[in-house]
Amino acid sequence: MSVPLSAYLILSAYLFAMGVVGVATRRNALIIFMSIELMLNAVNLSFLAFARFLNSMDGQIFVFFVMVVAAAEVAVGLAIIIAIYRNKETVDVAELNLLKW
Amino acid sequence: MELLVFAGLALVAAVAGLLVIVQRHAVYSALFLIITMGSLAGIYILLDAHFVWVIQVIVYAGAIMVLFLFVIMLLDIRSEPAPWAPPDRGRILIAVLLSVVLLAELGVAVARRFVLAPAGGPAVASSFGRTQTVGRLLFTDFLFPFEITSIILLVAMVGAMVLAKKRLH
Amino acid sequence: MLNSLWLIPVWPLLGFLVNGFFGRRIGKTAVGTIACGSVGLSLLASLGALGKLLARPAEARRVEQVLAPWIGAGNFQADWGLLLDPLSAVMILVVSGVGFLIHVYSIGYMREDPDYPRFFTYLNLFTFSMLMLVLANNYLLLYVFWEAVGLCSYLLIGFWFEKKSAADAGKKAFIVNRVGDFGFALGVMLLWTSLGTLRYDQVFAAAPAQLVAGGGVVTAITLLLFLGATGKSAQIPLYVWLPDAMEGPTPVSALIHAATMVTAGVYMVARSAPLFTLAPLSLSVVAWIGGLTAVFAATIALVQTDIKRIVAYSTISQLGYMFLGCGVGAYAAAIFHLMTHAFFKALLFLGSGSVIHGLSGEQDIRKMGGLRKHMPITAWTFLIAALANAGIFPLAGFWSKDEILYGAAAGGYGAVWALGAGGAFLTAFYMLRCYYLTFEGRSRVEPEAAHHLHESPPVMTVPLVILAVFAALVGFVGVPPEHGAYHRFVEPVFAGAKQVAGHAASVGEVPMAILSLVIALVGVWLATRFYVWRPEIPARMVERYPAAYRTLLHKYYVDELYDALIVEPIRRGSLWLWRRFDEPVIDGSVNGIGALIRIGSLALRRVQTGYVMSYVLSFIVGVVAILGYLAFWR
Repeated sequence: MSVPLSAYLILSAYLFAMGVVGVATRRNALIIFMSIELMLNAVNLSFLAFARFLNSMDGQIFVFFVMVVAAAEVAVGLAIIIAIYRNKETVDVAELNLLKW
Repeated sequence: MELLVFAGLALVAAVAGLLVIVQRHAVYSALFLIITMGSLAGIYILLDAHFVWVIQVIVYAGAIMVLFLFVIMLLDIRSEPAPWAPPDRGRILIAVLLSVVLLAELGVAVARRFVLAPAGGPAVASSFGRTQTVGRLLFTDFLFPFEITSIILLVAMVGAMVLAKKRLH
Repeated sequence: MLNSLWLIPVWPLLGFLVNGFFGRRIGKTAVGTIACGSVGLSLLASLGALGKLLARPAEARRVEQVLAPWIGAGNFQADWGLLLDPLSAVMILVVSGVGFLIHVYSIGYMREDPDYPRFFTYLNLFTFSMLMLVLANNYLLLYVFWEAVGLCSYLLIGFWFEKKSAADAGKKAFIVNRVGDFGFALGVMLLWTSLGTLRYDQVFAAAPAQLVAGGGVVTAITLLLFLGATGKSAQIPLYVWLPDAMEGPTPVSALIHAATMVTAGVYMVARSAPLFTLAPLSLSVVAWIGGLTAVFAATIALVQTDIKRIVAYSTISQLGYMFLGCGVGAYAAAIFHLMTHAFFKALLFLGSGSVIHGLSGEQDIRKMGGLRKHMPITAWTFLIAALANAGIFPLAGFWSKDEILYGAAAGGYGAVWALGAGGAFLTAFYMLRCYYLTFEGRSRVEPEAAHHLHESPPVMTVPLVILAVFAALVGFVGVPPEHGAYHRFVEPVFAGAKQVAGHAASVGEVPMAILSLVIALVGVWLATRFYVWRPEIPARMVERYPAAYRTLLHKYYVDELYDALIVEPIRRGSLWLWRRFDEPVIDGSVNGIGALIRIGSLALRRVQTGYVMSYVLSFIVGVVAILGYLAFWR
């Protein structure tokens, strides 16, 4: 038996929601960052599912670009976290409130 | 058969995805994220994305997550108190409620538009998703964006080094 | 020369720029040389232009050049255009000629002043503006430089601005002129709305066809223009600023407040002669205002004791004659008088300046007397100027003033002629009084001033002598009256205006001339009797008519009247508006809006927590909302 498109999409939506919960609830910058990666993976899953069901390679190419951007983002993001940690000795976003009025 | 494989992999991905966000220590989160990514790579095979599942394993589950673990260990972060501690409880409640609504909305959207799509999808050529196909597209139709990615990676590399290096004075 | 008219005004502009930017660095000698040299070059250019103009046949003596377009909006067009015809030729000669002598004189007069470069900078700017004013070929350009000379006048009256009276006088001149200029501006606008052009040639060509002769529109235009002229040329009711303007340095009084700027109003009325010809009512207003001012100012001059103020009131009075001439249609005579007046009145001012210089700043003629022995050149030149102003044959003032009076009589304006004749008598009297009290009789000079008493240096006396020669002889360009070289040159400009004015009464020219000479001689005789032969008479007169004397001494209380009627109510009203309207309503509303925003911001800034988590939360709320819309309603 084959898998219906909606199954892939529901899994994708579930993983995305997990990512949202992670970003909104956690205070550890690294875990927030990983939650973002989780959301990116969820979106990639949707892309690939649609590519397969529409018989179009464009979705797969797009996933490739998402991965490139994700790699770049991780490199810069982790560098920022390191820089912050060096300054404040913490990665707890609750203690990073320089933007406050 | 295919449905059973999918169900197994999806279950692993879903459970691991949930565990990613409830760990008290970032290392466990990272390990569960690797598991999620690995099972997603399996699902990608079901979707005939042969090139993508390979780089999912190599780049995502491999390189990126190794970088995460590397940073976690470099920073030596102690495990934090339970995330549902009192000061955060209200916020967590709101966030979870919002996410449920979000998930419900996505579910409604899927149910309204895609639930009637034929299972398994159309038949595709044997070259669909192969490395050769992806490579040919990247160097023809998507040549310009592909070249741009090199600049993005270069900028990210330089930026990461500048941001993370120790100040000299 | 006629192909490059810009060569006439450009030199003072250059002088202004050089002296204005580098005056403090290049030293007094260089500043003086540049300032005088630039005006001298303008004088040469003007003479060249005059020569070329004279070489042409009478009907071709008109050159118009557009240097650059200025404003073009819709069908409105105003250019940087210059117009040289006999009228403006006479004006540029007066401005550059008298201006040049006064510049030279200033080198001596201002030698000790620390602000020497600033003085010559302003003076050059003024000369440039004045030349542009008379050379402009349209009313808008005229207006611009009309304001520019007003600005220079303000700057130069208040030249010694650390003295409060000088700063106040400058302010007064500027504000009083605003009233007139407002009228002038309205007149120019009305002219444009009714004719659609501001160029002289087009206006004068279109006016007779498009404006009803004697109608309301042309009368309004001319009266508004004349209001501007009364401000600039110090006529009733706006003359009050000119006597106070004597606070400025004396060369300024000579150049701006006697020879050139104050005659701009006369020039403008004469230039607009074709318009005034269409409005007989305006013409009689001009004539009456001129005649009344001539007598009014002369009576005030009778009792003044400040030498410069006497000359200033005399200027107002003589300007009255010029308007009288314009009003009765004797435009050429009016411009003739403008020209002769420029020479002898500049000479009078420079002579008083020389006296003031010699007496270390004393201006009160009661503290002078017997100065002829010490400053003979100043005394003789002053006497020539005074007699010329009094209208004594054969000096310049006689010819021009007689011609104006003849024009009034011949035009049938009997009452106006009587005013003019009375003014002539008074003029002769007060001019000679001023001369006698200053230069003749027993010395009343204060001891410490007498110690320094000296004739002025040649750089000041040479211009005096040159001006005296002109004051004596320049009248002969208008001999015989109405047919002299001057008239053959200038009269064609007013050819169109003559027709309407016409000759209503037949009066003999020679008897009229003898009559006006007799009137002037009576004035001279009376002054001599009062101040030389029987010096006790004036005191007796004061005792017998104390009220009249006080009224004249206080200048008919006009300044007090204006203060009470206009200045004070406006000041009170402004104060009330400031306290009761501006502060609570305007400031209040502005401050209120500020306070409102501040309070709102105090509340709103609580949103800005600085915590990433709360930002993420609100971000998610947005995403949920948008997704909800997409999922349920699309």
